[in-house]
Amino acid sequence: MKVVIASGKGGTGKTTIATNLAFLMARDGLSVAYLDCDVEEPNGHLFLQPVITWEGPIEKPVPVIDSQRCHHCGRCSEVCRFGAIVSLPQATIVFSELCHACGGCQLACPKQAISEGRRRIGTLRLGHAGTIRFVSGILQVGEAMSPPAIRAVKAAMDESEVALLDAPPGTGCPVVETLREADMVLLVTEPTPFGWHDLQLAVRLVKMLKLPAAIIVNRVRQAGRDNLWCQRLRSLDFPIWAEIMDKRAVAEAYSRGKIVAQCELQFAEQLKPVVDKLKALIDERACGCER
Amino acid sequence: MKELVVVSGKGGTGKTSLAASLAILSDQIVVVDCDVDAPDLHLLLEPQTINQEPFVGGYKAHIDHWACQGCGRCAELCRFDAISRGEVEKDLVKRGFVVDTLACEGCGVCADHCPQKAIELRPHVNGRWFMSRFRRGYLFHASLDVGSENSGKLVTQLRRAACEFAKREGFTMLLTDGPPGIGCPVIASLTGASLALIVTEPTVSGWHDFERIARLCLQLGVPAVTVINKADVNPEMTDQIARHTAQYAAECVATIPFDPDVLEAQMKGRSVVEISDGSASQAIKATYSAVMSRLGQAPAVHHSEIVPISLNQTRES
Repeated sequence: MKVVIASGKGGTGKTTIATNLAFLMARDGLSVAYLDCDVEEPNGHLFLQPVITWEGPIEKPVPVIDSQRCHHCGRCSEVCRFGAIVSLPQATIVFSELCHACGGCQLACPKQAISEGRRRIGTLRLGHAGTIRFVSGILQVGEAMSPPAIRAVKAAMDESEVALLDAPPGTGCPVVETLREADMVLLVTEPTPFGWHDLQLAVRLVKMLKLPAAIIVNRVRQAGRDNLWCQRLRSLDFPIWAEIMDKRAVAEAYSRGKIVAQCELQFAEQLKPVVDKLKALIDERACGCER
Repeated sequence: MKELVVVSGKGGTGKTSLAASLAILSDQIVVVDCDVDAPDLHLLLEPQTINQEPFVGGYKAHIDHWACQGCGRCAELCRFDAISRGEVEKDLVKRGFVVDTLACEGCGVCADHCPQKAIELRPHVNGRWFMSRFRRGYLFHASLDVGSENSGKLVTQLRRAACEFAKREGFTMLLTDGPPGIGCPVIASLTGASLALIVTEPTVSGWHDFERIARLCLQLGVPAVTVINKADVNPEMTDQIARHTAQYAAECVATIPFDPDVLEAQMKGRSVVEISDGSASQAIKATYSAVMSRLGQAPAVHHSEIVPISLNQTRES
């Protein structure tokens, strides 16, 4: 089962929730994988402290011009809608960072002078933290396109396990790439005007993709479901699965890279309903398969 | 004219709260909200929109179902899995090929190779951008449709429009609130800027992400300074990061303590310097002076230097 932890606004606690869920579910004996899809700024490893067992390049296809065959007809640069190939009288130049790897130039070249090469855009790391399987993608600094790196992380998923995907912030194409084919989305928010504004955007995205979702409210200052915030949240048609209280001890544990649920029992208690609900979903799915 | 860009790498470190305060402390300023994915600055600056424009982010394939013979060449060639066999229209019994506009990147391979010429690329409006007035000047901001790509292109357009406007109207400073991360919209926000202000926090992730954004600034040749927000949450780490910043030529110019007034201000839809004279407010004022003196020595920007990075640039036809 694929569970994406997303938020809209940055810094609401996606990584904290994702790593702690991984910890709590693994402790309950589930087979869990944590996948860091925030390839621009991956942080999960700082908390899970995994042992890395494999590391390899993440690559993106790019056109390679055979200068022997190329007659500089300019057909490739005509068909490229991204301005990634420029054809000059003496040379044809590829701007690989602009290339979307659509393959259009290769199809258009009358001399078959274009083949496909590969360019490294990041690093994929596999490992484990206790029984948690760990996958993370790290985009090279200066690379603009994160979706291919996110696809590489997602390719390391295994159907048999509970995959917890830690999404990047925002609502743009990297988030869409992470959400694609998710079974469940957990939206982490905080009770602030920014949190509310960006949560609405995230909800719109999740609804557009027709995905089931639930909300986790982090850094709640007043307990109780009757305040204005919860009324607003109810208008979003998604259930609230947990409310996590704002506590300085949690912020301090986080700042030191600790798994909060390990040292703050109250935090673990507050996150437990999420674990239970995910387990129920997993059981439901298992029954569904048998039928 | 000088441009200051507020960035962070990690999300939620306080970019927007700080940017709003810096905007208010300035007398006459043009502000750009480049976090087009999840813009929040307008919640604090109360802008009155003067003008708005649609944003054409790119092109999307459209299939003419009457011309389509169902050969499937388009689906076969599409590298983005954006074309599949499906129900064309609810009332129509006809089945054919449909385009998933979220997945379509507008490369045009399908259109170029359709034997029936049944596919065309149409410009796709996926957002709007606004020019607004606020109590200290002008705000350029945008709203990108959720799930859209091409945020880098929108950022470039916004910055260019703001830069041209500011020059024309005789403003001397542009303040840009950047998006989180280090990818395309961040690169588009930073290229050609006079100075980057990196906002970080004393946490393991704040430190980790600081290093990556600082390296990006170095790569792009944008001078940078650092401010550590919520510094007292972990004072030892604040010291460590502050010492570390020199390595990246992004000297730490100020620290801001955690102060509930910052959230209080957000709740009221104001910047913290307007509602409080507490510890954060004081520290932000110190940050403002430090950054302004640094900006005085920084290079000026020309809108021609705001180059689209643009992976997502679509060729003007």
